[in-house]
Amino acid sequence: MVNRNGYTRLDRYDSIVIGAGHNGLICAAYLARSGRRVLVLEAAESPGGFAARREFYEGFRASVAHTVSHFSRTVADELKLAAKGLPSNFRVLPTVGLNTRQEHIVLQNSSLSGADIRDADAYARFHALLARFARALEPFWSKTMPRIGNNSIGEALTFAHIGFNLRRMGKRDLHEFFRIASLPARDLMEEYFESDTVKTAVSWDGLIGSKIAPRSPNSAVLTMLYRMSEQAGHAIPTTGVAGLVDALSASAKDLGAEIRCGQRVSRILVNGAQNGLSVNGVELASGEMFRADEVISAVDPRRTFLELVGAEYLDIGFTNRIRRLRCDGYVAKLHLALDGLPQFSGLESVDGRLVIAPDPDTVEYAFDDAKYGECPTNPLLEIVIPSIRDESLAPADKHVLSAHVMYIPYRLKGGWTDAARNAACERAIDTIERYAPGIRDQILHSEFLTPADLEQEYRVTGGHWHHTELAIDQMLMMRPTYDAAQYRAPLPNLFLCGAGCHPGGDISGAAGHNAAGEILR
Amino acid sequence: MSRHDAIVIGAGHNGLTNAAYLAKAGLDVVVLEKNDYIGGAAVSRELHPGWIYSNCSYVCSMMRQAIHRDLNLSTHGLLLVPYLGTINFGDGDGRLFAYHNPDAAHLELKRHSPHDADAMHRFQADLTRYSQLIRKTLMRTPPEPTSFRPKDIREFLFLAKQFWSLGEKEIYEYIRFFTLSAADFLEDYFENDLIKAAMASPGIIGTALGVYSPGSAYILLHHVMGDVDGNIGAWGLARGGMGAISTALAGAVKAHGGKIRTNAGVRKVLVESRKAVGVLLENGDELRAGIVVSNLDAKRTFTRIMDKADLPEGIFEKACNFKIRGSSGKVNVALSGLPRFSGVPNNRYINRGGQTFSGSLETMERAYDCWKRGRWSDNPFIESIIPSAWDPTVAPPGCHWMSNFVQYCPSALTNGPWTPEKRERFGQTVIDKIERYSPGFKDLIVHMEVRTPHEIEDEIGLTEGNIFQGELTIDQLFFNRPFPGYGQYRMPVRSFYMCGSSTHPGGGVSSACGANAAREILADLRRPNTVPQDDFHDE
Repeated sequence: MVNRNGYTRLDRYDSIVIGAGHNGLICAAYLARSGRRVLVLEAAESPGGFAARREFYEGFRASVAHTVSHFSRTVADELKLAAKGLPSNFRVLPTVGLNTRQEHIVLQNSSLSGADIRDADAYARFHALLARFARALEPFWSKTMPRIGNNSIGEALTFAHIGFNLRRMGKRDLHEFFRIASLPARDLMEEYFESDTVKTAVSWDGLIGSKIAPRSPNSAVLTMLYRMSEQAGHAIPTTGVAGLVDALSASAKDLGAEIRCGQRVSRILVNGAQNGLSVNGVELASGEMFRADEVISAVDPRRTFLELVGAEYLDIGFTNRIRRLRCDGYVAKLHLALDGLPQFSGLESVDGRLVIAPDPDTVEYAFDDAKYGECPTNPLLEIVIPSIRDESLAPADKHVLSAHVMYIPYRLKGGWTDAARNAACERAIDTIERYAPGIRDQILHSEFLTPADLEQEYRVTGGHWHHTELAIDQMLMMRPTYDAAQYRAPLPNLFLCGAGCHPGGDISGAAGHNAAGEILR
Repeated sequence: MSRHDAIVIGAGHNGLTNAAYLAKAGLDVVVLEKNDYIGGAAVSRELHPGWIYSNCSYVCSMMRQAIHRDLNLSTHGLLLVPYLGTINFGDGDGRLFAYHNPDAAHLELKRHSPHDADAMHRFQADLTRYSQLIRKTLMRTPPEPTSFRPKDIREFLFLAKQFWSLGEKEIYEYIRFFTLSAADFLEDYFENDLIKAAMASPGIIGTALGVYSPGSAYILLHHVMGDVDGNIGAWGLARGGMGAISTALAGAVKAHGGKIRTNAGVRKVLVESRKAVGVLLENGDELRAGIVVSNLDAKRTFTRIMDKADLPEGIFEKACNFKIRGSSGKVNVALSGLPRFSGVPNNRYINRGGQTFSGSLETMERAYDCWKRGRWSDNPFIESIIPSAWDPTVAPPGCHWMSNFVQYCPSALTNGPWTPEKRERFGQTVIDKIERYSPGFKDLIVHMEVRTPHEIEDEIGLTEGNIFQGELTIDQLFFNRPFPGYGQYRMPVRSFYMCGSSTHPGGGVSSACGANAAREILADLRRPNTVPQDDFHDE
């Protein structure tokens, strides 16, 4: 059957979601659940985005996003992910601060071991304080942020709710919240801890993924609190991080969503009828077109608006705000195929999140290198061995080492050449070898993905974890900009649901969930 | 033992302002100053015969007009002369001249970048708008966010109304501006490196942040929101040096019957049953008073002149954690003539006044990187001014006096403590840099005074030589200044107040802190208010 517009009716959907990353899948599943006909278009050969499995060497696989953290409980329950094979309880990985003197420290939930008693006590106090703040802020992350000037009661209530939550903590906590919310990570750590390793390990979650150094004010504590919400802690399910994606795709398909991979969207179609502009479909790179009542983009805001929509359909002020979003990634990814389980000196179990960041100064200086477009002399790493938890990632008795390498600039002075990439990779491996002597002999293959590579392969601007910097001026009702912060683009029928929206990235699923709620309102 | 109604510790400009208003309300006030001269960081001192050095603060822009008028500072001898005309030196031969005349200024910018010349209109309009909002808060006491008292709620509503009236877009731009780095903020407007560097320079002065550090955009605004001649962003020189401001304020104190004692350092604030009752002087004298006001910074107040046992739990720790970092140095030189700078045309206007050796954003940031590493940069950021080109009273005829403010200078060096040799080398680094732009400069030097954070702290008592009495970051601004819960000038001990730049609205020779504190004190004493309302030229 052919309809008036000349398209076969089969091509018409209620909703099209661009990008099958975890947020796209979650959004699609919720929309399908409400009875809509949903199509998810993914450019890669399999869904998952940064969480997808990637075979980087024969038989060895890893996900770029190597842990699941603060994943939304609501999403897990409502989409019945447990029934789709996702273990219901994630076993949280301990965070281990490595130290060349082999005095490693271990952070597990609210306890710190391996450091002296004063730091352990301080950590318990620190953790309790932040946990109280995180609880008070929780409604922030799982709700659509109000738009100032919108004057709707529901939105005013969100503010009131948060205000009430904060005030309920009591005067003392509230005062402390005002003081530390914008404090640089370094100052806060200095106030609590003695040991350098503790300082860097505790503040790690406030820094990684963004362009923030220990001395940078304003965003570190909020980032830390964001990561302490919901099911706080970094975990690798027994099915791997990609297992979460499998469960999400299965759930979305079960609910009726259609997922097509290998279909790169090249354009969001804008209909310029006399009643103003509106979005009515997408065009693929192959030239094929799909029509839909609404298009939801899980792609980063910059790419969505500047490439897929095009500035010609947008207000110039809005375009400028999108253009100035800070999207340069500062984290590279290292994958090693290992012949066996690596041994880190002085460490009994490598089943943890191993952080190599000797002291706040080294972290600061690594950042200094990156801000001038250079690779840090002393790279900082967050290492996990995901094959311990998910045996399908490597052949029997072999292992995968997956590491985030912090402060590797997207814009390298002189550009990213093979030589530059190799040098950065070697330097990262050298650093690991200092803590795990002999690891070089175990390496069968290595892969180093710079932010520029991540951009290329995963089609995320700047290769940025959060799609755009998770900084205070790009957070909450300013994410990605104030006039698109309610998941609604300033073009009718176009929505956003990716990490570039409130509350941000990491595999939390909140953006996809909130966006679906907004669309279905 | 003598008795007074009020004791003000420290005769800096805020202490004097505070005392003037208390005295005006009829209180018997005494201001105690540890040095043998008054003024704190606003001083004129003849450190070399014939040359009057403003050896700490050197320009004035934030002085509240209402206070200036209300205390009759002009009749007490204060004359503020607007100064403009600055040369910004790039890393190489780049020169950017700031002209008073808008057409000349525009043409000069156009020479560097036509795009930026146009963007400058937008930039200045935006800055003016942001300043207007902040300036409304300068002479008001911040509301306490945990309080439900009608006064605080009223104040919050006032602020919300001001904020709301900006409109949606501006509200968000404003929030952004408060949190961004100066570099990111300027990136929105300008493309030319030298123009960016020139515009970013106020963003690092006095702070332990770099141009790339989030939050430095606010520092930029803090420096440009002054309105010394009624125009936002205008800077002024006090005729006779910055000491003229202190002298005029002291004149006002005395005219209202207040007393000032120099050489009267305070050893301890006396506290009895959680109430301040007086002070003990270094010389052993004891002074009693109904109220005690400290013009010292928060850290010095609570860790040096107060007993930890007298303070409620946690305050001492808060004071220790108060961020007050030494990041600035100063090199004051007496010159036998006006220096000539290379690449600068002979022009009566621009050859006088200010010189900013900012280079580029990267140069400035690298200087900050050195500070982080506990040393000074070989290529520091210098903001210079030659007041004698405008004010003949500060140097002998034909001779000149030049103030060089240096960012960054660490208060503690990695390679051991400050020594006179290191201080001299630091001064030499600064002179060497100027010499690169002004061949022959060294030969003009008659006398030189080098001040590192160490000297500034020793002489005038600013902890680590921090010129703002505490970093101007969100955690220490507005109702968080100096600590959350104590943003209304009342300190945790009864009858004890703070009136220095450690309180809202922070550093700069504005006198607003002192005046605000006086208003709160008089309210507590149930005396009629003597502090004027601020006036705005933009309404």
